[in-house]
Amino acid sequence: MAQPAARSASVDVERRPWVGRSIERVEDAALLTGRGRFIDDLGTPPGTLHAAILRSPHAHADIVSIDAEAARRAPDVAAVLTGEQVKAMTSSLVVGVKAPVECWPIATERVRYVGEPVAVVVATDRARAEDAADLIDVNYQPRAAVIDPLAALAADAPVLHDGFPGNLASDRSFSYGNPEQAFAEAAHRFSIDIRYPRNSCTPIETYGVIASYEAAEDAFDVLANFQGPFSIHTVISRALKVPGNRLRLRTPPDSGGSFGVKQGVFPYIVLIGAASRAAGRPVKWIEDRLEHLTASVSATNRATKLSAAVAADGRVLALDWDQVEDCGAHLRAPEPATLYRMHGNLTGAYDIRHVRVRNRVVVTNKTPTGLNRGFGGPQVYFALERLMQRIAIGLDLDPLEVIRRNLVPAGAFPYRTATGALLDSGNYQEAIAKAVEQGKLAELMARREEARAQGSLYGIGFTAVVEPSVSNMGYITTVLTAAERRKAGPKNGAQATATVALDPVGGVTVHVASVPQGQGHRTVLSQVVADVFGLKPQDVRVNTEIDTAKDAWSIASGNYASRFAAAVAGSAKLAAERIAHRLARVAASQLNVEPVDIVFAGGFVVSKRNPENRVAFSRVAALGHWSPGSLPDDAGQTIRETVFWTPPELTAPDDEDRINSSLCHGFIFDFCGVEVDRTTFETRIDRYVTMHDCGTILHPAMVNGQIRGGFAQALGAALYEEYAYAADGSFLTGTFADYLLPTTTEVPEPQIIHMETPSPFTPLGAKGVGEGNCMSTPVCIANAVADALGLEDVTLPLVPAKLAGLTRGPEPEPPAGRSSAKPAREGDRRLHGEGSASVNAAPDQVWAMLLDVTTLQAVIPGCQRVDKVSDTHFRADVTLGIGPVTGRYRADAQLFDLDPPNAVTLRGKAEGALGFGDAEGRITLAPDGKGGTKLHYSYDAAIGGKVASIGGRLLDGATRVIIGQFFAALAHQAGGAPAGGFSLFALLRRLANLFGGRQ
Amino acid sequence: MKPAAFDYIRAEAVDEVLEGLSKEGGNARVLAGGQSLMAMLNMRLARPKVLIDIMRLTELSRIEDRAGAVTIGAGVRQATLLAWPELTRTLPLLALALPWVGHVQTRSRGTICGSLAHADPSAELPLLLVALGGEVHLRSTRRRRRVSASEFFVGMMATARAEDELIEAVSFPAHNGGRCAFREVARRHGDFAIVACAAVATPTGVRLTVGGVADVPMARDWPCLDGSALDDALNGFAHELDARDDVHATARYRRDLVRIIGRDLIGEVLQ
Amino acid sequence: MTRLAAHSRYPVRLSLNDTPVEAEAEPRMLLSDFLRHRIGATGTHVGCEHGVCGACTVIVDGMLTRSCLTLAAQVDGCEVQTVEGLAPSPDRLGILQQAFRRNHALQCGFCTAGILMSLDHYLRRNPSPREADIRDLLSGHLCRCTGYTPIIKAALEAAAELAATTEEKSDA
Ligand SMILES: Cc1cc2nc3c(=O)[nH]c(=O)nc-3n(C[C@@H](O)[C@H](O)[C@H](O)COP(=O)(O)OP(=O)(O)OC[C@H]3O[C@@H](n4cnc5c(N)ncnc54)[C@H](O)[C@@H]3O)c2cc1C
Ligand code: FES
Ligand code: FES
Repeated sequence: MAQPAARSASVDVERRPWVGRSIERVEDAALLTGRGRFIDDLGTPPGTLHAAILRSPHAHADIVSIDAEAARRAPDVAAVLTGEQVKAMTSSLVVGVKAPVECWPIATERVRYVGEPVAVVVATDRARAEDAADLIDVNYQPRAAVIDPLAALAADAPVLHDGFPGNLASDRSFSYGNPEQAFAEAAHRFSIDIRYPRNSCTPIETYGVIASYEAAEDAFDVLANFQGPFSIHTVISRALKVPGNRLRLRTPPDSGGSFGVKQGVFPYIVLIGAASRAAGRPVKWIEDRLEHLTASVSATNRATKLSAAVAADGRVLALDWDQVEDCGAHLRAPEPATLYRMHGNLTGAYDIRHVRVRNRVVVTNKTPTGLNRGFGGPQVYFALERLMQRIAIGLDLDPLEVIRRNLVPAGAFPYRTATGALLDSGNYQEAIAKAVEQGKLAELMARREEARAQGSLYGIGFTAVVEPSVSNMGYITTVLTAAERRKAGPKNGAQATATVALDPVGGVTVHVASVPQGQGHRTVLSQVVADVFGLKPQDVRVNTEIDTAKDAWSIASGNYASRFAAAVAGSAKLAAERIAHRLARVAASQLNVEPVDIVFAGGFVVSKRNPENRVAFSRVAALGHWSPGSLPDDAGQTIRETVFWTPPELTAPDDEDRINSSLCHGFIFDFCGVEVDRTTFETRIDRYVTMHDCGTILHPAMVNGQIRGGFAQALGAALYEEYAYAADGSFLTGTFADYLLPTTTEVPEPQIIHMETPSPFTPLGAKGVGEGNCMSTPVCIANAVADALGLEDVTLPLVPAKLAGLTRGPEPEPPAGRSSAKPAREGDRRLHGEGSASVNAAPDQVWAMLLDVTTLQAVIPGCQRVDKVSDTHFRADVTLGIGPVTGRYRADAQLFDLDPPNAVTLRGKAEGALGFGDAEGRITLAPDGKGGTKLHYSYDAAIGGKVASIGGRLLDGATRVIIGQFFAALAHQAGGAPAGGFSLFALLRRLANLFGGRQ
Repeated sequence: MKPAAFDYIRAEAVDEVLEGLSKEGGNARVLAGGQSLMAMLNMRLARPKVLIDIMRLTELSRIEDRAGAVTIGAGVRQATLLAWPELTRTLPLLALALPWVGHVQTRSRGTICGSLAHADPSAELPLLLVALGGEVHLRSTRRRRRVSASEFFVGMMATARAEDELIEAVSFPAHNGGRCAFREVARRHGDFAIVACAAVATPTGVRLTVGGVADVPMARDWPCLDGSALDDALNGFAHELDARDDVHATARYRRDLVRIIGRDLIGEVLQ
Repeated sequence: MTRLAAHSRYPVRLSLNDTPVEAEAEPRMLLSDFLRHRIGATGTHVGCEHGVCGACTVIVDGMLTRSCLTLAAQVDGCEVQTVEGLAPSPDRLGILQQAFRRNHALQCGFCTAGILMSLDHYLRRNPSPREADIRDLLSGHLCRCTGYTPIIKAALEAAAELAATTEEKSDA
């Protein structure tokens, strides 16, 4: 306790507030003892069934047929739903732009990304549901896939949706000020081309949904670890074909992190809701990690060309943005929000009055995108801050000096940016000065000199970033033209809600719709409300679960856009103050003083002038329950108050497309020193300094927690993390062994510096702080690495092999007699190879073996059946394995260009639960002059599906090994050795099974 | 992500394991530490009909230092070997390299022999076995045999073990006091190697063994080379390894590491 | 020899935090699912089911164990320790848990159980670890919220405190 014991007789009316102190979190005791209540920890109604989802192995294919009969007949299976059934029960999810396009939570007729749901199986437990899913036979007709956003715009690119001609979902151009003139007159023009990769903040808890359809009321009751925004509630209820009041959406008490990602659970709410309806029982689905990495959601990848008109002194006069946003295979709500979230902030921390923007949104054969910490910020700042460094280098200026010369002037707040944001408050110059001094930049510069003198690759990077928070629910309408907006009606604001209630013994309960994902909202709210009532945080109980059937909520509710401290905590304060205001009247009449003389302190309601004159808080608080008649007439009820708060500054886009996309704007200035290892090209963060001005700090330790957590994720984005796709759309990073999150051995402690410039627009003066480092850190590290290696262009993630490739000179030639190693893959993902073998039999004998179907069946290990479609066309069912990896495949092979007994071309494919493969090979036979045959083969092959996403590391190697094995076996067999088994199918079936055992 | 169904056999004698393997053949899998196998079962990459758990067989959990070789039973976990007091003296190379195998939490369960049976081309233990010229002790109801490291690893995740054979133990020739060095480059600490190299002094010079590049660990013996002769030898070796690109590294990067690290390690050992 | 048939359920008996427990499981049931859904000990979490994230880490017969890479049938008759057994009493936190709370070494708490088990196991055997040791130990765990450094700080603080209390005990 803050007050000294001597004062305890009277009440310390000046007590230090709880807000601003790092008190222990109320959440922690349960979490530390294993008593958290996450979605998979909660009981389910008796008879709840479990769902497993069969997903597409193809990036783009037509579904020719689905045979689910065997699955439906499997023991303990209650229902199997394919796209057809789901479509019959639901309607399409709303698409974020005006276009004749549908968006289903499950593939209907066509799959458009690897991992897209194809069928849902509902059974008594998850293992049995997966058993049955294995029995579903889907026949796909593959189509060409496109994964690159610029390639998707090419005239001959495969088209994903007829309603998006040329894969273009939206194309808008904007002009603010007079960019043409600025570019024409500027002394210099600098440009940069950026490819921002795909990544995701991947929480450690995956998605979970428990849905129950209540037929009697035609209503759904859903528990999901959804995080908001609750504008999505309308999307879900529409898709489930019930009015909003018949979709009761609840959240569990605890959620294992989200970072935006759990917004993406919503299509599964629709899917599992439909499954429950079909099965007539509650259905539970817990996403597994492979599903999550492959198909949950990701941040957008973006191709950006950014140009700046620059004066001789380094002042940026105008910017020209050309952004091509890749939203994956479907434009799911609220996309294309990632692109427009930063629209008001396209000039960053800088005073740049002229801006031209072209924003295009494209679809590609990748997982649909959605909310992710930073949400558009990383993509924008990577371009802007890389360009600032380029300008400095181009003009031979100090990069920090270029940043300084362009900052929004200190006295200019609130400052309206060219694109419409209203920067609420700040002093960027002072923040930088503080960071430079406290972060000891001079020392770091000296360190760089020293390191370089010793031959090290050492670099320094800088970034200045404005961190927007509390999104304007209307910013997304900037994607529409002013005329379209007028037709659609206004959308703007950001309703926050908070309820404060007093119980009959004076206990205080707070409820908010902020859906925390681990950020400690309950603790902060207890501090905020305790301060208002003069109580201790322990006296205030906070509930943050949402139940849309009972609680106050609105479309902006939820946990995103760093809105908690700025909007939600402020609303709770307002609600508490309203009640306190009324309680003050009640107490004033009891204490015979004026209401203005009343303060709340130390558990009492007290006269300021005479602290001895007081009454216990609980007495005053309980009165409204026990004796409402004795409240003064003008006091009003004192039991429960709900506040709805929306800031007036969040207006709709104006007719010139200026949009105040966010309410608050924190400031971040980062710099860092990195060393790149000369041998391995690994990047080591030597020192990282991050300065934050996030307005008033409510709980310093939690603010630092947000900064550290964001920093670690950003470090991952900078150095390790990428959702990698092959050119054919195969997904390559489906496990945590390939999608690499940083661990304890990679993450250093950043030096955190604070400055507090309160926001004039929020009740507590707080601004958001949760996302900033995800915006500033990736580019800060990239700038440092570019500085260390003297590189003009760097792409994330900064994979050592990539940096080495950019930096190292030509490779030493192989010694004489060895041909230099050719890349096995050329552009596409097909693997090419060739080889030869000697066979102890004459060419015509070998030829006969190649064509003899009856012997094939006998010699192929694990061959269940061979069907001869024609003399040169075979089908077979085979089970095969490499090491412990086994699967069942359906193979289809044809022979072409037969030139007996000299040459044949073999073309075929195989498909099974573990993936698919196709191959083409040419085999030539020539007599070796000793009665035997010299066999030469060349092939190309490609593998996709589950094997590619799980075993990418070993894929190529395995392909070669298997093809080698096939010909070895052939030679063996022909030589009359004990039956080892060979066949055309051996090639195919093994091809389909290529991968290694990486976990 | 739950395994397909299988029968589970908890063996209480080695003979039971051998009989099980001989009866079930390719349908059975030995379950040792489970650190590779269980993940494959969970992902349904592997679907054996029978699992034979060998971890309750005390006769397989011995480490013996006899006749110039250290013999490690199939039940010996990686952590147990790492904590064995004689390790640094008898097998200094393993003392250097074992901490690179996964993490504390996987070494505590994973076995030495399990890693050899699994034969991942990037795994450290197969590399160490090749570097030191060890032997794998195989046993079935039919026979007992020993296979040398260089013959045991035949390809990516492929070994000379027949389906009905149990790896009963592995033996490493003790290189008491012998000079050796180990270095590994992985994306993060605890990941499978992009390149791992071990150098061991031999009576005639040095042996360099490389993992993570070819399908199996590859070793080269050289006399005491230095200067450009060593560079040429390493360059030739690097090109012979037939390196590949994957999501984590390029073939060129792997060859560069073989050249640079190989040179450093040989320098250390021959110094 | 014990042979359990694929689709049948068998009793699994074990000692969970020094209390005997028993429930039925099919051979394929993972220890993580057994603890959580059969016994109701939901403090052990599941984040990947392929051994990488560490959320499911428990102690089996003194060994750190990924419960997602372990079958319930394998631990029949074993001693299992989980996060539920760490606190000295239901209303008090242990020294390590307190250090976590003090240092804000958790946010969502999803990864925490596994990390606590690794640290509890380690600190009992290594009373004076260096920061590098703790970093090495915890590299087998993923946390997406905290950025790790508060966890490392909490671990070092707890180690110091534990060392001090055992010294006191041995002095007494
Ligand atoms: C997060 C993580 C990181 C890892 N990192 C690495 C790493 O960096 N380097 C590395 O090398 N490994 C790594 N591994 C894998 C390693 O830990 C495994 O321990 C090892 O590969 C297998 O040993 P095991 O005892 O667990 O075998 P299991 O998983 O039980 O078995 C593996 C295979 O070998 C067979 N088998 C096992 N024992 C025998 C026997 N005695 N006779 C016949 N067949 C047998 C099994 O049937 C199975 O096919 C990692 C694992 C995880 C989960
Ligand atoms: S759930 Fe077991 S390690 Fe991730
Ligand atoms: S606290 Fe959320 S993952 Fe670690």
